[in-house]
Amino acid sequence: MSEASAQPAAGPPSAPARTANPAATATAPSQAVPALEAEGLSKSFGAVRALEEANLTVWPGQVLGLVGDNGAGKSTLVKCVSGRLHPDRGTVRVAGEVLRARSPEVARARGIEVVYQNLALVDSLDIATNLFLGREPVLGPRPFSWLGFLRTRQMRQEAARVLREVGVDLRGASVADPVEQLSGGQRQGIAVGRAVVWGQKVVLMDEPSAALGVEQTRHVHDLIRRLRDRGVGVVLISHNMQEVMQVCDHVTVMRAGRTIVTVPVSEVSGEMLVGYITGAIEPRSDG
Amino acid sequence: MSVLTGTGTSQSADARAARRARLGRGARALIPYAGFALIFVVFAIVLRSHGFASGSNLESIVEQNASIAIMAMGYAFTLGAGEIDLSIGSTVAVVALTTALVLEQQPAWAGVLVGLAIGLGVGLVNGLLTVLLRVPSFLITLGMMSVLAGIAEALTNLQSVAVTNNAFNGVFGSGSLGPVPSLFVWVGAVLVVAQVVLRRTRYGRHVLAVGGGREAAVSTGIRVRSVRVSALVISAVSAALAGLLYAGRLQGAAYTLGSTDLLTVIAAAIIGGTSLFGGKASVPGALVGALLLGMLQEGLILMGLGVPDQLIAEGVVVVVAVAVGLRERPE
Repeated sequence: MSEASAQPAAGPPSAPARTANPAATATAPSQAVPALEAEGLSKSFGAVRALEEANLTVWPGQVLGLVGDNGAGKSTLVKCVSGRLHPDRGTVRVAGEVLRARSPEVARARGIEVVYQNLALVDSLDIATNLFLGREPVLGPRPFSWLGFLRTRQMRQEAARVLREVGVDLRGASVADPVEQLSGGQRQGIAVGRAVVWGQKVVLMDEPSAALGVEQTRHVHDLIRRLRDRGVGVVLISHNMQEVMQVCDHVTVMRAGRTIVTVPVSEVSGEMLVGYITGAIEPRSDG
Repeated sequence: MSVLTGTGTSQSADARAARRARLGRGARALIPYAGFALIFVVFAIVLRSHGFASGSNLESIVEQNASIAIMAMGYAFTLGAGEIDLSIGSTVAVVALTTALVLEQQPAWAGVLVGLAIGLGVGLVNGLLTVLLRVPSFLITLGMMSVLAGIAEALTNLQSVAVTNNAFNGVFGSGSLGPVPSLFVWVGAVLVVAQVVLRRTRYGRHVLAVGGGREAAVSTGIRVRSVRVSALVISAVSAALAGLLYAGRLQGAAYTLGSTDLLTVIAAAIIGGTSLFGGKASVPGALVGALLLGMLQEGLILMGLGVPDQLIAEGVVVVVAVAVGLRERPE
């Protein structure tokens, strides 16, 4: 519990943090175990310190905004949590358990999903394969399954069902068509849909609405709320303060590789967040 | 319900556009086969009097190009995974010579085992150096090409070695399985296995994922390094098999074996629809590409063209094939 006190305003979103989303109260966790807890993460690239003692706590059913200027370390933090990068120091816990042997494979198996800024899609492969990338269903019980024969039909049927469910309209394309055929918005839809479907504990989204129009952005926000209602912790990286204020319960501000403050959005304004980001305002309780 | 839609276009227009894209892809996939058919028909007519389309000539085209075809089918994986292996030609020479030397004293199986082990070893060294040193496979295999070429020359002091082991020559050369010549059996077996692995298994998908989107492959937990190593092992082992087939068909080996194969193999794979930049690969396409180039060469010979003209013609075809392939380059 000492970790929680390191971040003054972090905590289970047990109080009705925002009147706008009553569902948050309904899904407030009874057990006080964060879905994701990153503690003291540091990462340097040569002489550049991308992360310095960064802390991040996300509770089940919480939508946490992660904001900061370009180069503040947001994407690096996400990559350290998802196993994409190996932090030099620090620990990551998923549902209270330390995440060892960090790799994307392990992190995914533990229920962490990420929507990367670059979407992490393979353009030349079909939509169904992209949805199942790295976790393709294979035929048969043990010795036979090592051959890795794909259940292609099952993959396609499930892909079509899943995309329908999360409301990604392929507009005439089939799940057997390659991703390169899709528009930017559709591709983003596939990437977000993949995370929504597989994310069990935590979903981290790195500017998921960057390439989207108004209508599509609203849909992504719906999906985020759906994850929250399912008890999944969501981390939303965004440069759009309005989006953060609208969608998130709490927000963590990063500056120069540090997580400088975590506050409930009900207690801040967009201008204050910008102040924290630029350093015009210093948080009271931290350093 | 479906909100991730743009605005403006109607449902049926979208469906039409998607169908058009699908048709375009289908048509593009047929290009190598259509080109193959076209060249075949042209030669069959023009070279009628030379018996181009006779059964024995067609059989010999397949047999003469069996090694190229097998290397091209293996190469589909290598290119598909975004790697390149410049050392296949000299791998062929080293494997053929070593196997021929072993066969002077040892039974056929020993020669085969040694030959394939060399291929495996070369592939592992290429792959592990590429991955561990973080150097492009282009450079590692360029060095390997030179090392192996030197070894091939040193092995027998440039002397050729005859293979008199009849069992070996039968299985890897002039023999047959029932009515089917053994070289056809080898090509057919490699075709089926490679196609099933590429299209039906998780490994095949991972090869194309690593080649088509390395970042995405890493992010989704695919074992990128293993896949890259395996891609270079496949090209080396298929080169080793090609070397065995050369030795069996020619009943001997020389350090020059395979020395001009690299460009032909790459061209065959690319003609068949495999991307030079990874992410797309076709096994049957590579086979058709190899046979197309073999047929072209045979036709030019029958038309009375000399070696210089053949080289020029083949070079032009390769450049055209690569240029067409380049148009598919992402971004």
